Amino acid sequence: MTNKMKHNQDRCDFCGVCVGVCPHDAIELREAELIVDDERCTRCGQCVQACPIHALEVNDEAGV
Amino acid sequence: MKPAYDVIVIGGGPAGSMAARYAAGRGASVALFEKDREVGVPVRCAEGVSHAGLAAVVENIPSRWIAQKITGAVLHAPSGAEVPLHTDQIGYILHRKIFDYDLAQMAAAAGVAIFTRAHVTGLIMEQGRTAGVVVDHLGERRRIEARLVIAADGVESRAARWAGLATRTALADMESCAQATIGGYQGDPEMLHFYFSRSMAPGGYLWIFPKGNGMANVGLGISASAGGERSPHDYLEAFLARFFPGASILGRVCGGVPCSNTLKELAADGLMVVGDAAHQANPLTGGGIVTGMIAGRIAGETAAEAVAAGRSDRETLRRYPKAWLAGEGGKQAQFYRLRKFVFSLGDEDYDALARSVLRIPVEKRTILSIMKSALLHKPSLLLDAVKLFT
Ligand SMILES: Cc1cc2nc3c(=O)[nH]c(=O)nc-3n(C[C@H](O)[C@H](O)[C@H](O)COP(=O)(O)OP(=O)(O)OC[C@H]3O[C@@H](n4cnc5c(N)ncnc54)[C@H](O)[C@@H]3O)c2cc1C
Ligand code: SF4
Ligand code: SF4
Repeated sequence: MTNKMKHNQDRCDFCGVCVGVCPHDAIELREAELIVDDERCTRCGQCVQACPIHALEVNDEAGV
Repeated sequence: MKPAYDVIVIGGGPAGSMAARYAAGRGASVALFEKDREVGVPVRCAEGVSHAGLAAVVENIPSRWIAQKITGAVLHAPSGAEVPLHTDQIGYILHRKIFDYDLAQMAAAAGVAIFTRAHVTGLIMEQGRTAGVVVDHLGERRRIEARLVIAADGVESRAARWAGLATRTALADMESCAQATIGGYQGDPEMLHFYFSRSMAPGGYLWIFPKGNGMANVGLGISASAGGERSPHDYLEAFLARFFPGASILGRVCGGVPCSNTLKELAADGLMVVGDAAHQANPLTGGGIVTGMIAGRIAGETAAEAVAAGRSDRETLRRYPKAWLAGEGGKQAQFYRLRKFVFSLGDEDYDALARSVLRIPVEKRTILSIMKSALLHKPSLLLDAVKLFT
């Protein structure tokens, strides 16, 4: 699970575009499950921009 | 599943199936791991190929692959101007599910052991060399050794990164796509449509690819750095509302295509990378079925030779990048520059271009003549165009 990113499981299409652009290899995509590794994620927001259906958001509430 | 194979292929798309098939065809023992339940599903693709392209990579084209024959194309400018293209090239809209299944079956017939629901989660590394994979298969984690691994894991590729290759896609080069398959399509079933407009698809284009039986793949790609507040899904909704209000939607998918130059390094010690994972789709059009198959075949043959020679170091594997660059891959750099040019244009430029191309008689209106008109806008492109079209 992740704190740094909010992932909308119901909106996600599990297409892998976010994985392809993540500079830190922080996203693991299974057939219908997406896991962001908080140790690696820097909240750069590139996955948010690349997602075709905006299913990811940077979680502003979680402390840095 | 055996504890070791000569070659392990990660990913059961067109590139992976071709790589596996050609490695096994030359005597290597080969396993292919696909993380999803089925190969080829879901179909994240508009399914268009040219006859010439496909005929170059398969011995024959069975009719069950073809959803619709294509004989022409119309380009649409932001003003609404329509530019019919002359083409003597025939193309197809494939049934990609059937196509991907058949490519996998051809690999199986050549002796490849195929496993679905087999998610590769890591590589076995020995002194900097890839020596196998860690795979989660039906809830069980296993370590499977291999002399050589071929990463054919598509846009979401991570495997080649684990081996030290720089396969991450820059944001501007990622075409982020949304597509709907609609019913009740009444347009000419043999005609493709392309819409170029910054306001409708910034850094990309919209397409309508008829699939026969009143169906069509309607979709778009935008540069991932260009969308801002609006996602490809939002742009697609706007397009559907405008051109196909009330249409029934039979399917929806998201997806993406790395549209950069091919990776600088396609091989590491014990590993090669092919297809979308290697950024081998045409960076201008985003078409990657045939290019991935071409690269897959070369990599598969290279793998079998390397196994037979008992070597899998980067130097031995260099045959693959060499052959790729000598053929299809040699055009990538120019297509990439054309991509940057075409998608840097504003709506006024597209409109001006449409006006000048419409002055060319339709029978002479080929991609080449359109490029010539574009060159009047930006003469520095001449060199690229000459290299591509001569
Ligand atoms: C919306 C859209 C429209 C397109 N339209 C066209 C078109 O009209 N014509 C055209 O030529 N191209 C088109 N393309 C591009 C084309 O779909 C791709 O270039 C092509 O599928 C690439 O083939 P591939 O074998 O490299 O990868 P893929 O077909 O993506 O296959 C990769 C496979 O690897 C699997 N995988 C990933 N990670 C792992 C792992 N860790 N373990 C096990 N398996 C894994 C995936 O599940 C997947 O099945 C389109 C793409 C999109 C997104
Ligand atoms: S890019 Fe978006 S839709 Fe695709 S897998 Fe990532 S979060 Fe899901
Ligand atoms: S925010 Fe950046 S680092 Fe974190 S998952 Fe997204 S792309 Fe990767």
